[in-house]
Amino acid sequence: MALLFLRRIVQTALILLGVAAITFLLLYALPADPARMIAGRSATAQTVANIRHELGLDQPLLSQFGTYLGNLLHGNLGRSYAQKTEVWTLIVARLPATLTLMLAGIVVEVVLGLTLGTIAALRRGGPVDRLVMMASFVGVSAPQFVVALLLLYLFAVTLGWFPMSGYGTFAHVVLPATTLGVLGAGWYARMVRSAMIDVLNQDYVRTARAKGLSSRRIILRHALPNAILPVIAMIGIDIGQFMGGVVVVEAVYGWPGIGQLAWQAIQQVDIPIIMGVTLTSALAIVLGNLIADLIAPVIDPRIRTR
Amino acid sequence: MSVPISAPVLSVCGLNVDARTPEGRKPVLQDVTFDLRAGETLCIAGESGSGKSVTSLSIMGLLPKASLQVASGNILLGERDLAKLSDRAMRRVRGGDVAMIFQEPMTSLNPVISIGTQLVEAIREHQGRENAEAVALQMLDAVHITEPAKRMKQYPHELSGGMRQRVMIAMALSCRPKVLIADEPTTALDVTVQAQILKLMRELKQEFETSIILITHDMGVVAEMADRVVIMQNGRIVEQGPALDIFKRPSQPYTQQLLAAVPRLGAHAGTEGPPKVTPQVRQEARPDRSPILNVRNLNVSYGSKAGRLFKGKTPVNAVKDVSFDILPGETLGLVGESGSGKSTTGKAALGLIPFTGSVMIDGRDIGGLSQREMQPVRRSAQMIFQDPYASLDPRMDVGRAVAEPLVIHGVANKSERQDRVAELLRRVGLTPDAASRYPHEFSGGQRQRIVIARALALEPKLIVADESVAALDVSVRARVLDLLLELQEMMGLAYLFISHDMAVVERMSHKVAVMRGGSIVETGTRRQIFENPQDDYTRALMAAVPIPDPEAHRR
Repeated sequence: MALLFLRRIVQTALILLGVAAITFLLLYALPADPARMIAGRSATAQTVANIRHELGLDQPLLSQFGTYLGNLLHGNLGRSYAQKTEVWTLIVARLPATLTLMLAGIVVEVVLGLTLGTIAALRRGGPVDRLVMMASFVGVSAPQFVVALLLLYLFAVTLGWFPMSGYGTFAHVVLPATTLGVLGAGWYARMVRSAMIDVLNQDYVRTARAKGLSSRRIILRHALPNAILPVIAMIGIDIGQFMGGVVVVEAVYGWPGIGQLAWQAIQQVDIPIIMGVTLTSALAIVLGNLIADLIAPVIDPRIRTR
Repeated sequence: MSVPISAPVLSVCGLNVDARTPEGRKPVLQDVTFDLRAGETLCIAGESGSGKSVTSLSIMGLLPKASLQVASGNILLGERDLAKLSDRAMRRVRGGDVAMIFQEPMTSLNPVISIGTQLVEAIREHQGRENAEAVALQMLDAVHITEPAKRMKQYPHELSGGMRQRVMIAMALSCRPKVLIADEPTTALDVTVQAQILKLMRELKQEFETSIILITHDMGVVAEMADRVVIMQNGRIVEQGPALDIFKRPSQPYTQQLLAAVPRLGAHAGTEGPPKVTPQVRQEARPDRSPILNVRNLNVSYGSKAGRLFKGKTPVNAVKDVSFDILPGETLGLVGESGSGKSTTGKAALGLIPFTGSVMIDGRDIGGLSQREMQPVRRSAQMIFQDPYASLDPRMDVGRAVAEPLVIHGVANKSERQDRVAELLRRVGLTPDAASRYPHEFSGGQRQRIVIARALALEPKLIVADESVAALDVSVRARVLDLLLELQEMMGLAYLFISHDMAVVERMSHKVAVMRGGSIVETGTRRQIFENPQDDYTRALMAAVPIPDPEAHRR
């Protein structure tokens, strides 16, 4: 177990290093000039050059990256160009909002996906199955901003059940979390359905029926834990997908999380913030996978470490 | 054992089961009628597709509703007609009055639930909550599982196949059913384990006063277990009666055929080689008697590669220090139980997996040869696998499948290849028009013939046949074995014949090597091994083979 963790930490460090390098390169390949953005349109060439020098942007690329990595090792993500604040402080301030949103999104997609997938599998070939599969297809294909606007129109404008935007109460989280979860719910419904159909044909389900168990017990106790295994592995990967969705969802609902922070930073070419958010997301994905790997053995005794 | 004449526990009367197909209903079972008397073991025997499993699933009410349905008939358990019970009432019967164990102990237990929980839930379902744990422990003890308390906490993957089948039996008998249905309960197990499980079933039948319906394709098992026998074919009962009558005086031609096809251990005592199949053979004088396959100190280990970062596994030695020779035109039978390393030996002998030691095929040392250098060697040595369903590409027609080795080795042009394929198909007993058809249009036996034709395409001198007839019905198996012998006589082929089945090995081999735990424990001519085995393990292996003669068991 200790070895596993050690290996994971080394892996994580390598992944973060790779992500940092790629993002850094991409950002510097951009035609936009952060110094020019900060100085404003009317600034003289001299002012821009001064700012560039101040930010160290006149150094060769490699030495800039070296400096960044050196600071990173000391836990220093740098200062925002535009907001003149430590990037770390900005991210930490907004992390709780994003984590709340992500957690709620995961709950929505898992609950919705498992329920719908199981029902579809049990009603295979019937009208309910077809309806669920069609709905999941729509959920998977619909762009998130469209889903967000539809939900807003229906539940906030027309019905007035939930607030349009904002942050703070449970009511505020429902629509953003549903928007975020619909995509995953569609995937999960499909995955659980096919896994469930497979599991229901397994010999051990026949054994359970031969014992005279009730259908409810067979499905909940015997089939579902087996059908859920592939889904757990997916949740880890999903957190990466989520980060993309978070930017859109936070923008539409005015949710004060790191997605919005990233959105603003991109518009201002605020490189330290973009780097910081990217690294945080990468870390979240790695942690998500780690958590999935830790849950799997709880359910599946075959992969418990001997 | 005398059969007590008593009232039937279970009566199946005029049972018809239909399959729903896109073309309408098709009968799967027709007019199946038999009685199961108290305290008796009734064996239902037949080949695949005979309807024996459908019969048992009908009794359990476990037919897949979407595709199979009881059309008419009664299944009487005492006063109740199981064919007409509601789902709810049927649930009380399943696992309570009628219990079932299945063929595959490896997959019949839920992998994510502990043994204890799986046992206890069956007991609670039918006998209430109290004492369920205690009953479960007693049951594990009754099926002779050591340390039952510890086993309760374990998961299926931690137990061997034999142990899992014991757990299944414990589960089935835990509610003291009147009828136990066992569907091929030992088919997936090694012979020695099979012998133990069959013994256990006989013992528990007495102890729990259960009547048993045993479904099997193995006439040896039938002879060992049955009081009465039902022979089925194509969804009908062909013949039924007391076991002794069926074996000694089979009245129906199908029963006679079935019994004749059963390979009997010791049937070839006193002869040196396999029986001659072809009447006259051009038995070439072979001045060249150097071995076609020469294996010296073969070792294969798994997981020996130094692990990546922080990983290190102790290597498992699958094959230890194995040496043997096969001369041209000769068969070496490699026999052993699962995990004995016999398949690994076969693969290593063809250079399909990494090994240490020396392997010479037709005088060439294949150790350290590159893929390219192996090419010409592969022409002289081919392999036939166990599962004819999985060894043919379903999207490739038979002609292409058989011609593929010729294409890979760049032998012959297109029209020559067609001629070769036609000839090869004829040689294995198929018609040349099979070339344009696809694997799913053929039966298991025919597919194995196609696989053999493919292996013969390059005119090899050696064929490694790994459990090549294990998946086939007895009558089909006998014909495929005959084909292999015929091809050997005609083409001077050498076989490395790998099998777990002692009787089949006896029929096929000139020489035999017995493997256990990765090593050869005994090797010798067929007569030496089968008529005068020296090693204890060889003797145990032979003693465990069920003999298809009920009198042999009635001492």
